[in-house]
Amino acid sequence: MDDFDPSTRREMETFLAREQANAKLQHTIQTLTTTCICVTSTPSNKFSSAEASCLTATLERFMDTSMFLIKSLSEKQRSH
Amino acid sequence: MSDWFKFGSKSDAPESSPVIDMDKKEQIKTAVRNELAQANAQLLVENMNNKCFKACITRPGPSLSSSEETCLLRCQERYMDAFNIISRSYHTRLSRERMDSITSEIDKTL
Repeated sequence: MDDFDPSTRREMETFLAREQANAKLQHTIQTLTTTCICVTSTPSNKFSSAEASCLTATLERFMDTSMFLIKSLSEKQRSH
Repeated sequence: MSDWFKFGSKSDAPESSPVIDMDKKEQIKTAVRNELAQANAQLLVENMNNKCFKACITRPGPSLSSSEETCLLRCQERYMDAFNIISRSYHTRLSRERMDSITSEIDKTL
């Protein structure tokens, strides 16, 4: 990387930062999948619409939860 | 002939030409993308294995029974379905959050 000109180096830094952010995203999706899924000992042939909407709801509530907690944390920090 | 190129250059080290930079740059980009994709795929397989083993192999016998194999296949399919559903919902939610923060920024300027 050292023999790149400055503009190329900046481009590579941006690229790496973006790929890293994307990797973090992918990792979160992995964690969410393995946490939210309910596989019984007799998995069905296809997700029922109830199961599919339960998965989506779980994810949405998870997002709500983390945003709520982050906001409350930052508010607490501000009041100190 | 090569002396013409050295003429006026400060060092003897070969200067990186734009064309070589382009190739090296693209090589690095491709390598990084492949590494990350591979790591992601490995994580998916590992998580799936753990989930499906726990779900389907409740009483380990001398070999995999055919019902255990059926269970594993179904589990794998459901896992992939769940992965896709969550991936889609997550991306949708993220872009909605981004749109919300963008529109609220615009609203502030109005």
